[in-house]
Amino acid sequence: MLTNAIWYSILVFAPSLVALLLSVVTTRNDNFYRYVTLATTLFTLVCTLFLFLMPNGVVGFNSNVGEMQGIFTLGWIPTFEIFYSMGVDGISLPLVLLTAVVSVLAMGASWSITKYVKGYCVLFLLLLSGMLGVFLAQDFFLFYVFWEVMLLPMYFLIGIWGGPRREYAAIKFFLYTLAGSVAMLVAILMLYFYSDLTDPRLRGFLNSAVGQSVIPDKQLRARIESGMAKREALAESLKDKSLEERRKILAAAETITPVHTFSILALQQIGQHTSQFDTFGVNEDGSDRLILGHGLQWWAFVLLFIGFAIKVPSVPVHTWLPDAHVEAPTPISMILAGVLLKMGGYGIIRICYPICPAGGYELAAVICGVGVVSMVYGAFAALAQKDFKRMVAYSSVSHMGYVVLGLGVWSATAEMNFDTTFWNMGIQGAMFQMIAHGISSTGMFFMVGVVYDRVHHRNLDEFGGLFGRMPVYTALSIGIFFAGLGLPGLCGFIGEAFVVFSVWAYSITMAVISAAVVILTAGYILWAIQRVYLGAEYRGPHEDHLSPSNTRENTIGIIIFALAIICGVFPRHTLLGYMEKSVEKHVGDLRAWTINSTRATWAQEDRRLQVSAIEANASDQELSAQLANKRP
Amino acid sequence: MNVHDSISQMIVQTRDVSLPHFAAELIICGTIVINLLVRMVRPLRWLDSSFLVLAGSLAALFAVRPWEMGSDVARIELFSGMLVHDGFGVLMRTLLLVFVVLFVIFTWLSGIPDKDDGPDIHTLVLGATLGMMLMCTANHLLMVFMSVEMASVPSYALAGLLKGRRQSSEAALKYSIYGAGTAGVMLYGISLISGLLNAVHLPTLAQNLVEKLPTMGPEETMVLALGGMMLAVGLAFKLSAVPFHFWCPDVFEGATAEVNAFLSVASKTAALALLVRVALGFGTTVPTMFSVAASTVPAATVPEGALATSLYSVADDASPNIAPANPAANAEFHEASARRVLSPVRGFIAKLIAFLAIITCTFGNLAAFGQTNIKRLFAYSTIAHAGYMMMAVPAILAAAGAGPNGHEVARQGAAALGVYLGVYLAMNLGAFAIIAFLRNAMRSEEIADYAGLIRRSPIVTICFVIILFSLVGLPPLAGFFGKFAVFSALSGAYNVTGQAQLPANYLVWLLVAGGLNTVISLFYYLRVVKVMTWNLEPRDQRPLQPIGLLRGAYVCLITLPTLGWILCFDLLANWCAKGAISLL
Repeated sequence: MLTNAIWYSILVFAPSLVALLLSVVTTRNDNFYRYVTLATTLFTLVCTLFLFLMPNGVVGFNSNVGEMQGIFTLGWIPTFEIFYSMGVDGISLPLVLLTAVVSVLAMGASWSITKYVKGYCVLFLLLLSGMLGVFLAQDFFLFYVFWEVMLLPMYFLIGIWGGPRREYAAIKFFLYTLAGSVAMLVAILMLYFYSDLTDPRLRGFLNSAVGQSVIPDKQLRARIESGMAKREALAESLKDKSLEERRKILAAAETITPVHTFSILALQQIGQHTSQFDTFGVNEDGSDRLILGHGLQWWAFVLLFIGFAIKVPSVPVHTWLPDAHVEAPTPISMILAGVLLKMGGYGIIRICYPICPAGGYELAAVICGVGVVSMVYGAFAALAQKDFKRMVAYSSVSHMGYVVLGLGVWSATAEMNFDTTFWNMGIQGAMFQMIAHGISSTGMFFMVGVVYDRVHHRNLDEFGGLFGRMPVYTALSIGIFFAGLGLPGLCGFIGEAFVVFSVWAYSITMAVISAAVVILTAGYILWAIQRVYLGAEYRGPHEDHLSPSNTRENTIGIIIFALAIICGVFPRHTLLGYMEKSVEKHVGDLRAWTINSTRATWAQEDRRLQVSAIEANASDQELSAQLANKRP
Repeated sequence: MNVHDSISQMIVQTRDVSLPHFAAELIICGTIVINLLVRMVRPLRWLDSSFLVLAGSLAALFAVRPWEMGSDVARIELFSGMLVHDGFGVLMRTLLLVFVVLFVIFTWLSGIPDKDDGPDIHTLVLGATLGMMLMCTANHLLMVFMSVEMASVPSYALAGLLKGRRQSSEAALKYSIYGAGTAGVMLYGISLISGLLNAVHLPTLAQNLVEKLPTMGPEETMVLALGGMMLAVGLAFKLSAVPFHFWCPDVFEGATAEVNAFLSVASKTAALALLVRVALGFGTTVPTMFSVAASTVPAATVPEGALATSLYSVADDASPNIAPANPAANAEFHEASARRVLSPVRGFIAKLIAFLAIITCTFGNLAAFGQTNIKRLFAYSTIAHAGYMMMAVPAILAAAGAGPNGHEVARQGAAALGVYLGVYLAMNLGAFAIIAFLRNAMRSEEIADYAGLIRRSPIVTICFVIILFSLVGLPPLAGFFGKFAVFSALSGAYNVTGQAQLPANYLVWLLVAGGLNTVISLFYYLRVVKVMTWNLEPRDQRPLQPIGLLRGAYVCLITLPTLGWILCFDLLANWCAKGAISLL
């Protein structure tokens, strides 16, 4: 466990450490900073490959296991049961790899940055630490800290190195994301305080290998164990007693101190296997305490989903994205589209659904609707754009809509006989789409950046004829744009196809609409290619600056294009093989939850009639109610 | 018992119990006297009073003994119940004295006050500190009033520190008139309450309230509520809570940055501690106190002397001074029934403070938008932060009524307040130190003059940026942990009240208001950041003298905790949690 801790920490914090060192170096040689930063991103990439993909590496990721792997947990803030805990599974691993790859490419594209190179490199590296941390964190608090850590560098990277309206774009980005993360913070705190590890139903989890590694602290385990024993004894003593006797026993029982947790995995178990998150406690008259008729699971889901949807971004909270992209410098756009948007999707799959399945189940139609609207709206908006980069930005909104849709199609319902095939496919599709979009949009933004560096404008109507001037660049661009379009054989196709297939089982209307979006996508991409690259002659300003792309640019383009082809031709070997088991586990867990919760009688019996742990859970309430009712 | 016995008992009590726990305050008093007299002695005239005051406050900090925190610090009443010594008092006084130590170093570096004014100013500072320390331990309504005045009167003079400057005099005058007005109102409130409840000693007062409240008529309840609100006016003035904040921006603009730092941190710390004391004093009973006086045991069976001592010194739950006849059986029952009786009182106080907290926070953040003067901006910022901190108090009150688990959460709430104050101390002191040093360097306190500062003074600017983001409450900076602690106190209290069937739904509103305010506060802090880092220097920029190595180092050192708390946050959280143990 300690080896894991050291390696993960090196992976995540090496960039920040280098950033710290760079900030005290005082050489005027800009290339020094660039090369050091590039070397650091390469080191991160190598470190990731070595850690996870080498057969006998430190973690040695096993793709036949759906569980979280290579977990380590160390004490950090015991007062609040906050741990420094990380791990990977098939869902986070591809995203970690994507982050490492995209940051190398983005740093490679950063030679075009010539203003305050030192500051740029320092912030870039801090951003990298934050991104890796988000995908690896297994403690909700740690996750939140990393999530927010990315905000500051991103704000400055857009605000200082951005285009003419950078101040507006940077503050808009900051404000939207902060609003989302404050909503998330409220949900996190609520989940933390309503969680209680002393529920005997969690014993199975806590004693499993994963549970052991998530909560290894001996003292804490002893507290949990004693709480569980008390609850079980109490439940035992309540068996076969009349209501009056039960009240007496409960009144005499000693208080059981709850043990809260921030562990994402433990919260998932609590959300799926107990009723702790169902309500906000009890009202004075003994009825369930709800807020506007909804319980904690629903509210937590909504708050978390808002936070993640802003990041994805989904319509209607997407408006920061086009502004941020248009103003951000090319490499930052690449990171923004390639990695940051994926965090929203990752949060939805890792946190929203497993922790608050009830909310996801109830709101499935809304989530799918948000996904479809984003797809359609993003595609139409992209068609209408005059700015090349803005068009690509809206294409991101549209493409990320597939991700939300794929994650949201809860088709394992009673009507479907709890068949998980389609939902499984949808989530695999969504995951694949995240990686594919990470590759293709990184490439598209890079390609836009290359031409912008030369002619300093992005007006779609003032291009044309680039094929003749920059042949290699144009060939690569068209390839990458086709990947974004979803041409079979390239990476964009598989994710979209999987999602559309899976939606068919959930709602035919939505499937038809989402399939039709492919036509719109083809429309705006082909139209853009036609206006920019084809045609007889270039129609814009700075014609003399249209030099062919250089080796650095070609290398980056070729890498991206090669990745697009490889992922498109060998989806199983490159990505699906790694995610399959984890996605199956995710869907399987939620299927089990659906089966349990849709048998309404089961849940009600459990909560009201069956004398069980839950009643013991209520002992504190009853006790104080009793004491309060006694008059002197 | 004859007079002689009671007097001798009182002497023994004072000598053995009260004075040792009052050592820190005595040291401060001693330092004030020495500080004033040292100028009379010719050979000692060369001595800079800063060093004397520094030594005095360090000694006082030592005398508070913050390292002995934990269950060892039992609740002990001093001077016949005038003051109370407990972990919370130690916690707050430690924060206060740590601040004073850092503050004295800061003033020495910034050069205001100069060597001639030094002794006067430092006397005022220490005098106010003494009052604030008493505010942290007040256990008696008279003490509440006296300590607030002791803290306020020197502050009025401090606001007018720059003699002959119109703005400064205006600030002092405004501050003192406002202060005098609210003090009058508060005194009136105190007399109403004490007249109605026949007590001024807070625990006795709560106990009388438990007895009288069930039979109280509507008029009496009205008078009681009125008295409570008038008392709240005085506290709200010290907290600069809306609508009693009007003095704050003007005073902050008129007074020097040094005084602002003192008013914004020390004054707030003490006022919040007092708010917790008064709110809990009215809303809860001290367990042992209660079991003595209100148990079913007839008073005659309790020895008279024991009853008398119990008023002087109430030990903590674990080792009560006198054993009630049937303690275990009745204690919990009576505590529970007292809790039930006081429930509307707690609800009233909690809702009142919650309301004030929400409007204070929101108003402070909204009003800060339009400010062009950095000190004025920070005045509104401190108002907003007072709002965040006040949010912890309703959480404490609501949780205090929700059984043993509730008590635990209430303690966490008090600890959260300590955490926030600890973090806030470093942030605000750092901010005002930078403002003062920049004022010395460029003779300006306008935000516009900070344009492009990053290129002229990078290290100080980076520190300022870190502090500003920390004030927004962004992780991984310390400000986030303060907010996290307070918000978690709110959700913890919301949870525990729900479990206990006593839902306090206003806590959700506080949580929502706190969250929204965090978002809107981003704007104005970010504006300062933007001006300093993005904007270009104007053509006619002010000349900037170098900040100086020592001052730069001070700024870096004071920023370090803001940046580094993330690594050892548990130290602070744990220490504050221990400090709150004996509060309930």
